[in-house]
Amino acid sequence: MNQQVEKKEPGEVTTLYNEFETWTVNTGGQTIHAKRMPGFFRTFKDRAQLALWLPFFLLPYLRWNGKQAILFDIDHNQFHFFSLTVLPQDIWMLSLVLLVAAMTLFAVTSVASRVWCGYFCFQTAWTDWFTWIEDKIEGNPTARRKLDSAPWNFDKLRKRVIKHTLWALIALLTGISFSIWFVDAFDYWNKLVNFQLPTVGWVVITMFFFGTYILAGFLREQTCFWLCPYARIQGVMTDSQTILPTYDYTRGEPRGKIRKGGEAVAQQGDCIDCFQCVQVCPTGVDIRNGQQLGCITCGLCIDACDVVMDKINKPRGLIRYASLDELSGKPAKKMYQHPRTLVYLSIILIALAGIVWGLTHMGSMTLKIMHERQPLYVQMSDGSIQNKFDFKVLNKTDKDFRVKVTAEGGVKDQVIIGVEQNPMTHHGRQASFTVFVKAPSANIVDDVVPIRFRVEQEDDPNVFAEYTSQFYGPKK
Amino acid sequence: MSDKHDASSVPTTGHVWDDDLGDYINQPPKWWMLGLTASAIWCVVYFLYYPSIPLSNGGTWFKGLGGWTAITEMEADKSVVDEVRGKYEAKLKDMTPAAILADSELTEYVTRSGKVLFGDNCAACHGQNGVGTHDKFGLFAPILNDDDWLFGGTIDAIHETIAGGRQGMMMAHADMLSEAEIDTLANAVAAGKPTSTPLFAEKGCTACHGEDGKGMQAMGSANLTDSVWRFDSSVEGIKYTIKHGVNAGTPETRVAVMPAFQGGKLSDAEIKKLAVYVYKFGGGQAQ
Repeated sequence: MNQQVEKKEPGEVTTLYNEFETWTVNTGGQTIHAKRMPGFFRTFKDRAQLALWLPFFLLPYLRWNGKQAILFDIDHNQFHFFSLTVLPQDIWMLSLVLLVAAMTLFAVTSVASRVWCGYFCFQTAWTDWFTWIEDKIEGNPTARRKLDSAPWNFDKLRKRVIKHTLWALIALLTGISFSIWFVDAFDYWNKLVNFQLPTVGWVVITMFFFGTYILAGFLREQTCFWLCPYARIQGVMTDSQTILPTYDYTRGEPRGKIRKGGEAVAQQGDCIDCFQCVQVCPTGVDIRNGQQLGCITCGLCIDACDVVMDKINKPRGLIRYASLDELSGKPAKKMYQHPRTLVYLSIILIALAGIVWGLTHMGSMTLKIMHERQPLYVQMSDGSIQNKFDFKVLNKTDKDFRVKVTAEGGVKDQVIIGVEQNPMTHHGRQASFTVFVKAPSANIVDDVVPIRFRVEQEDDPNVFAEYTSQFYGPKK
Repeated sequence: MSDKHDASSVPTTGHVWDDDLGDYINQPPKWWMLGLTASAIWCVVYFLYYPSIPLSNGGTWFKGLGGWTAITEMEADKSVVDEVRGKYEAKLKDMTPAAILADSELTEYVTRSGKVLFGDNCAACHGQNGVGTHDKFGLFAPILNDDDWLFGGTIDAIHETIAGGRQGMMMAHADMLSEAEIDTLANAVAAGKPTSTPLFAEKGCTACHGEDGKGMQAMGSANLTDSVWRFDSSVEGIKYTIKHGVNAGTPETRVAVMPAFQGGKLSDAEIKKLAVYVYKFGGGQAQ
């Protein structure tokens, strides 16, 4: 993509590195002090971050029927979502939720590149908030750089203490907010202020405190460069049809400063080499080198460039959301001509259908029946054949009740033995009991016949579960 | 964590291999040195904390400052399991087998935990899950999950059988009955109607197997009218049983001995658990 790269003989290994030589990769040696500039993408980023992460802080305090509305109750192996309770047996739906999330990431990335990284990712969001605080306390990037190199004095100490205290508070709140998704929020606060959290609670809050403080306060864009796997994965999901913040090199090159008199040199491009795009970049990359690993596609350079273009009376959009095809003058393809996106979308739809099916078919009871394998059947003294079944009944409601066992199919005149007294099931727990089915030998026609068991709540036939097993007899 | 200095500005060791290979005398990175030092410290602490140094005198060894041994760790692990089982075991210690059976929670515990006990002590003859085992003479040890019981299928009878053992006896009739009589009797028994021949009463079979041929649980004589067979359901097999008897002391006789498990082999609690376990196979009978 870089037009300045001098073409060498193809086949030479060193050509691989031509492009690399023109790039500077910040490996943490310098702190990026990005300039904050208002604009469309700045506003969008602010709102997107808040829309996604404010609920992270607030939702756990929401109550529903006297309980926490959304709670991943690890202690009791349950997930509460308003009036819905999901037990571990139904947690397969979570894998579909994760699949939807992953595929949404893929689909969005293939259409509009790293939208997640630029506007939603916690690393981006927290870093942005941290640097906002830094900006408010220590001043603009120039002032911050000056403060960095200034000797320690009272003013520097004061600013630094305030900044780090605020950072620490956010980090602490992050740890607390994460924790209360898994335990009762108010109970947690109560234990926290009384220093009575269990060890695991302290470990989690400590990890999140340091994680947030270090990742958002110090590592920042280094996380995206060297720690985050998604930054790498998402790169391979974009192609020449993907729109992403792009420097229009056909319009901008050759770049050059405007001369004193306001007259640009003839043939000079629109880029006046003002470096505003680099200065506002939170990861410190130069977008004019083309799409690159460090670019989180947050669009802040577009805001910056548009302001400059307005000032020099050039049309906006020297840096804009554009695809490589568009830039190289190829006709833009339609969405349905983008099979990659269609595949992602269909996976999303299938997974969503699975979740809907799961939620509507969850039932309030689960029944699993294992037929005894050894022996498959027993001949009784009166010549009848008896089979043994291991019942496992999971009561997913919130009360205890006894269940009635009936069966359909099987053998004529069969008798169910062992559940003359309806077995007890406790809520949220699995009850297991043994059921025998005895049938007259004369009525057994096939050596294996299906038998469908039905287990229903003693006084409410609407709460039930069914399971098909087999009745075994001697080979005829 | 970048290496800030230029690696190639330091001198080499001076030794050159293969014309142009040299070795810079760079210091390893700081983080790496820290890791190395920390590992060394860890080694020493580990060495001191755990048993480590074998001593030459009498096969002893340095016991370690932490007092750790594999056996105490195993005991600790075991105590976790024992704690879970403890409340059940304490409860059923003083209960009769019938009382255990009446308690659904204890019964559940026994049927879940009895598998090992049954496997270790009973399955050799009765087969896994009590399906019985066969030898060349027919069924070697009775099937335990049907409802036919030589000595009774109530919980107390089963408990008594396991505790005291059982040994039924049937005389060898080879010298007392003619071949024709044996043949008649065997065919009648095979058909499930022993009383259909007058020989059954005349030859004294009723003394043990009862007037109706249904056996007597007090002496462990088999019910000859039902569908469950102790040894062999074929006419030849039945003739063999009539000829040579059971536990009759001759070399040909059928052997059927249930050993006693009380008094050493198993504890009282274990016998009670086994009684309930066997009862729950599916053939247990109400008192």
